[in-house]
Amino acid sequence: MPHIWCPGCGNGIVTAALVRAIERADYDQRDVVIVSGIGCSSRAAGYLNFNTLHTTHGRALAFATGLKMARPELKLFVIMGDGDCSAIGGNHFIHSARRNIDLNAIVVNNHIYGMTGGQHSPLTPIGKKATTAPRGTLEREFNLLELARGAGATFGARGNAAQPRQLEQLITRGANHKGFSIVEALSPCPIAYGRRNKLGGPVDMMKELKENSISTERAAGKEESELKGKTITGVIFNYDEPEYAAEYYHSIGKDIPVKSSG
Amino acid sequence: MPETKPVLMQGNEACAEGAISAGVRFYAGYPITPSTEVAERMAVRLPDIGGVFIQMEDEIASMAAVIGASIGGMRTLTATSGPGFSLKQENIGYAIMAEIPCVIVNVQRMGPSTGVPTAPSQGDVMQARWGTHGDHPVIVFSPASVYETYYLTVAAVNLSQKLRQPIILLLDEVIGHMREKVTIPKGSKLMVEKASDKVPADWKPYDDKGLTPLVPFGFGHYYHVTGLFHDQYGFPTGDPQQVERSLDRIHEKLEKYRDEVALTNYIGHKEPRVVIVTYGCTVRSARAVVKKAYWNNRQPVGLLSLQTLWPFPDKEVQEIAKKADVVIVPEMNMGQIIGEVERHVKGEAEVIPLNRYDGEMISPEQISDIMGRWLS
Repeated sequence: MPHIWCPGCGNGIVTAALVRAIERADYDQRDVVIVSGIGCSSRAAGYLNFNTLHTTHGRALAFATGLKMARPELKLFVIMGDGDCSAIGGNHFIHSARRNIDLNAIVVNNHIYGMTGGQHSPLTPIGKKATTAPRGTLEREFNLLELARGAGATFGARGNAAQPRQLEQLITRGANHKGFSIVEALSPCPIAYGRRNKLGGPVDMMKELKENSISTERAAGKEESELKGKTITGVIFNYDEPEYAAEYYHSIGKDIPVKSSG
Repeated sequence: MPETKPVLMQGNEACAEGAISAGVRFYAGYPITPSTEVAERMAVRLPDIGGVFIQMEDEIASMAAVIGASIGGMRTLTATSGPGFSLKQENIGYAIMAEIPCVIVNVQRMGPSTGVPTAPSQGDVMQARWGTHGDHPVIVFSPASVYETYYLTVAAVNLSQKLRQPIILLLDEVIGHMREKVTIPKGSKLMVEKASDKVPADWKPYDDKGLTPLVPFGFGHYYHVTGLFHDQYGFPTGDPQQVERSLDRIHEKLEKYRDEVALTNYIGHKEPRVVIVTYGCTVRSARAVVKKAYWNNRQPVGLLSLQTLWPFPDKEVQEIAKKADVVIVPEMNMGQIIGEVERHVKGEAEVIPLNRYDGEMISPEQISDIMGRWLS
C-alpha cells in the first residue's frame, strides 16, 4: 500500500494496533469513525476503510466533539500527533477531557514535528535538538497523561510502537471505557528526531523504546530511584465519571441508539 | 395559506428562530458581543426540540464542532462577531473545501481588533469574501430588517444543504439588536429536504459529474473527508489535473445556481438618474430617502438593496447603472463593496462613495444631502 511514512517510522505499527483494537472491541464497521488532525500520524485516517475525517491542525477533538454530540451512537477514534494535540490543539484537548466526552484519543508521540521536518514540540524532552532548537530545547515538556488527568480525563494509558500487543490491548480498553480516554503511543521518528539527536537507526530506537519502558505492574513497589529514566506503560488512570454526551441526551429526554440506523 | 402570527422580535432572535424553522438542530458557539443572543436563544430552544446546544471552549472549536455535527447529518449554525469571525476563518475554508453545509452568522461590530464592541459597522464585507486563504467561493447574505433576517436565515440553511456550501450571514449590530414585527408561518415546513442516506449505488462524495448530496457518516458509505485537494472519493491528491478539477468543482456549483443565490431588491423610478446601492442596516436610511424623493416628489431616484453581497449581484448592478448617471454607495466602513460596484459599473455611471466609520449609522440626511447635489 503506498503511504507517506518514512522507513523506520512507528505510525504504521500504531495504526495496525488501532485496527486490531477496533476488531477486538467488536464494533460494526459502519459505527466507527476515525478523526485525525494534521501531521504524519494523522494521515492514518486516509488509509482506513471507515468513515474518516482528516481535519485542520489541532482541531480534531473539536470536530469529533460536534460529531459525537450529533451522533452519540458512533464510536470515535481521534488520532493526533504530539504537536497537533498538545500545542495547537491544547485547548481542545483539556476541554474534551474536562467534559469527559466519550472520545478515544490516540496520541502518537514521536517528540517532534515530523511532517514539517523536525521542529520541537511540547513533548520534545528538554535538551533534545530540533531544527528550531539547534542547541537543544530549553523548554520543559508536558507530561501528557498527567495533563489529561488534571483536566478531567477518566482513562489514560501509555504504550509504544515497540510493544504493539500491549498497545492494542490499551486502545481496546480505552475504547471500552465510557468517557474521554487517551492512549499515548510512543513512536520512533528516526528521520526527523533520531538522526539529529544521534539516537541511532530505526532498530536502535525501537530497542531503546522497549528497554526503557516498564509496565505499571512491574513498576509497582519499585523505588523512585529504580524507575529513573524509565517510561511507565500500561493503564495509568481509570475512573468512573458521568459521560457528557450520555448526560446531555438524558437531560433532554432522548435515547441514544445502540447502533447507527440505516 | 398557513396560519400566521406576528411577533415582536430582535434580529438575533429572529436568526435563531429562522434557523430552527429551517431544521437546524445543532448549535455550537462562544460568547461574543453583539451576537450572544443567538446563542442564548438556541440554548433555551434546542433542548426542548431534541436538538444539541454546546458552548465550546473557543471560536475555532465552535466552527469545528459545527462541521463535525454536519458530517453527522445535522443542520447546524454558529454565531459570532468580528474577532470570532477572524478566528473561524481556517475552518470555514475547510468546510468550503470539504463541501460541508453549515451557516455562520457574523453580527458585525466596529473594528479592527476589539474595536468598539457595541457599535455597529459594516466592516467585514471583505473579510467575509476573502477571510480564509486560497481561491474559494463564498455565499454571503446581509439582511436589512428583522423580518429579512428570519427569511434569509431560512434560505441560508436550505441553500447550504442543497449546494453543500457554508453560507455566511452578515448581520450588523443594528439589525441584530433591533426589535421589529416578524410574521412567522405557523406550523409550516420551511425545510427543503432532509439529509438522506438513500443514494444511488454508484454514489461518490465528490462526483466529477457535479453536485451530489452529502451522505452523513455512520450509514455504511465509507469515504474520506479532508481539507487537502481530493479525488471523487475524498482521498488526497496532488495530481495537477485533479487539483484543478477539484477547485473548478466548488466554484462551478455557485455559477450554476447563481440566480438562486444572488438576491436583490429594487424600489424607485423606472428610469432613475441617481441610484443608491447598499445593504444591511444602511438600506433603512436609504429607503427613507428614496421613499420621500420618489413616492412623494416623483424624483428620478432608486434604491438597489443587496440581500446577497457574495457572489456579488453583478448583473443587477450593471443593469441599473446603464440607466443611471450616478450610483451612490453608502457603507458603514471606509469603502468595501464600492470597489465591486465600480468594477461592474465599468464607467457606465459615476460611482460616489458615502462612508461613515465612527460607530454611528448613516443618517437619511447624509444620503439625501449627497443625492440632492446630483439631482440639482
